[in-house]
Amino acid sequence: MRARVFVTPRKGILDPQGRAVEGALASLGISGVANLRVGRYVTLEIDAPSHAAAEAMVKRMCEQLLANPNIEDFRFEVDAR
Amino acid sequence: MKWGVVRFPGSLDDADALHALGEVLGQDAAMLWHKDEVLGGAECIVLPGGFSYGDYLRCGAIARFSPIMRSVARFAAEGGLVIGICNGFQILCEAHLLPGALMRNRSLAFVCDFVTVRVENAATPFTRAARAGEILRLPIKHGEGCYVAPEEELRAMEERGQVLLRYVDESGAASDAANPNGSMRSIAGVANQGFNVFGLMPHPEHAVEMALGGEDGRRIFASIIAGAASAAPRVSG
Repeated sequence: MRARVFVTPRKGILDPQGRAVEGALASLGISGVANLRVGRYVTLEIDAPSHAAAEAMVKRMCEQLLANPNIEDFRFEVDAR
Repeated sequence: MKWGVVRFPGSLDDADALHALGEVLGQDAAMLWHKDEVLGGAECIVLPGGFSYGDYLRCGAIARFSPIMRSVARFAAEGGLVIGICNGFQILCEAHLLPGALMRNRSLAFVCDFVTVRVENAATPFTRAARAGEILRLPIKHGEGCYVAPEEELRAMEERGQVLLRYVDESGAASDAANPNGSMRSIAGVANQGFNVFGLMPHPEHAVEMALGGEDGRRIFASIIAGAASAAPRVSG
């Protein structure tokens, strides 16, 4: 099964990288952009007996390594097959 | 006093820490390899600065899984002294041996400079040779030194005296201008609740000889040495 994990700076945590990119967009003349956040995108393939088992594995990965719960939020998608 | 400096792949300041402890301060210091699990009877473990595992994923996130870190965690749980400098601080946070996390500097720039920090709690194994409120001049060199923790955690840490060092200006006042990386509450160094694990972004090991611009880093090491001399130290396996 294939999984996609999205890790983003936690709400309320300052994201200087996002702010710099937002500023660069303004320099490009692209206006109307707000709350830009830069995160991390992880894709992986998992061998798991069921969709539920795969989801449980990815959740554990996120909690223990892929995201730092102090500063980051995560969400993920696991393909149906 | 016996010291162990852990060398991870990508460590940078391991040899400098060994030099500061062994050559300059006359300590019995040995290098420890991250794949080993024995701490060689060290009474204090140093996690040095650098870019362990290339800072992949997050700074310190992979080093935390090195075999030696299991022994370091056990040693810390038994009350053994552990000091993490720069990348070592990041590793200790990722390993949950210290609260909080270190993020990209507010400026997004790598900062390499001397800073002044104020000793906020001088009643700990890492600061007892300093006076409370004493100002130390130490070098920093990092891209990810912005200390972050949840507000309620920060409040509790301040009440317990876990904030040991804070960035200040030369007059001793904390300010935005004197904060080199955007750290919450200008925090430069924190201890755990047991006060036997300490992490800091400034480099005391690079400030033990006047030839390198200052000796204020000696305060930190002298504190640890003084404590070991006055009490029966915990010795690692």
